[in-house]
Amino acid sequence: MQNETALPPFQALLDEHGSDVLGFLVASVGPHDAEDCFQETFIAALRAYPRLEHARNLRSWLLTIAHRKAIDHHRARGRRAVPAGSPEEVAGGTPSSNNRPDTTVAGGDPELWTAVSGLPPKQRSAVVLRFATDMSYAGIAKALDCSEDAARRSVHEGLQKLRGEFA
Amino acid sequence: MNPLTDKQLEKMLRNAPSGGDLDRAVQGVLARAERDGLVDVAYAPVDSPFGKLLVARTDRGVVRLALPSHRGHQQTEEEVLEDLAQYVSPRVLESPKRLDEERRELEQYFEGKRDHFDVPVDWALTPSGFRNRALHAVARIPYGETRTYGQIAKQAGNAKASRAAGTACGRNAIPLIVPCHRVVQSGGGVGNYGGGPEMKRALLDLEGAL
Repeated sequence: MQNETALPPFQALLDEHGSDVLGFLVASVGPHDAEDCFQETFIAALRAYPRLEHARNLRSWLLTIAHRKAIDHHRARGRRAVPAGSPEEVAGGTPSSNNRPDTTVAGGDPELWTAVSGLPPKQRSAVVLRFATDMSYAGIAKALDCSEDAARRSVHEGLQKLRGEFA
Repeated sequence: MNPLTDKQLEKMLRNAPSGGDLDRAVQGVLARAERDGLVDVAYAPVDSPFGKLLVARTDRGVVRLALPSHRGHQQTEEEVLEDLAQYVSPRVLESPKRLDEERRELEQYFEGKRDHFDVPVDWALTPSGFRNRALHAVARIPYGETRTYGQIAKQAGNAKASRAAGTACGRNAIPLIVPCHRVVQSGGGVGNYGGGPEMKRALLDLEGAL
């Protein structure tokens, strides 16, 4: 039997959590870019893996990295898509026709997921983890490195914004 | 328009968008990991007449070859990979292409078309000392010949340690390539084998050693 400190073979992380990580990324950045972010996530994880001190919460650890890669992605996309000096660039992260995720999505409501994509990063990840990835608030807190209360708040605020923008 | 209730909104959010091809995404990770030199241990299943083998290699050579399970004497694939993660490196990934040469040589061996292996060996899983010396002696036994446990013990520096030589063979991390099937009992019996005595006899038969 393996103890809690022994790291499992990296292949096991891909096999056990690959589907969750991809689901999180599809909901966060759209199916078209999810595979790129998936690669960035797991390559970053693989680089850091031997230095990890214990094997607890590997799923949260991977989703933390995926959350950061989704933020990087939205930032880069914002830079590319929005003309310099436009109010949108100053505001940052407002959904525009250019940075909405790929809406040729099978399943799910495309407009809703475009609205999700426009949420502030922490709210976006919290909402996606809570509903699309079906994670507990404790799990979300670990993945977003915040308290459980803060995780609850982010989900709540995200939902409120979505209702305002989408309903 | 009716305002959405929280329940309706949550229900829609649970209906996550599908899309993204997991297999393709995983293959993308593997290709990039290989390109960036991040796969410390590559492994792949290899078919054999005796069942599925698992072969693993590092940059240095073959580090582990797991025989098909024989009455629960062999480690499971999961245990084999866990050991590699713990004792060699946790960067263990299934990467069949990296094992192409090993697969080819093993196939030729099982077809009787190869009497030695050219792929190098990585001894990382073999502890130093008697076990290491014994298995190096085993590695030098030519195709089609046999040695007794006593002879291997003597070559490893302790003629009386034939039992320990048996243990060393039993814990051989790289059977077939380090041919512990060529080590037999002095009385003429084939002795134990990780893959079972039938497999040992079949291998010696293949090599014309019986």
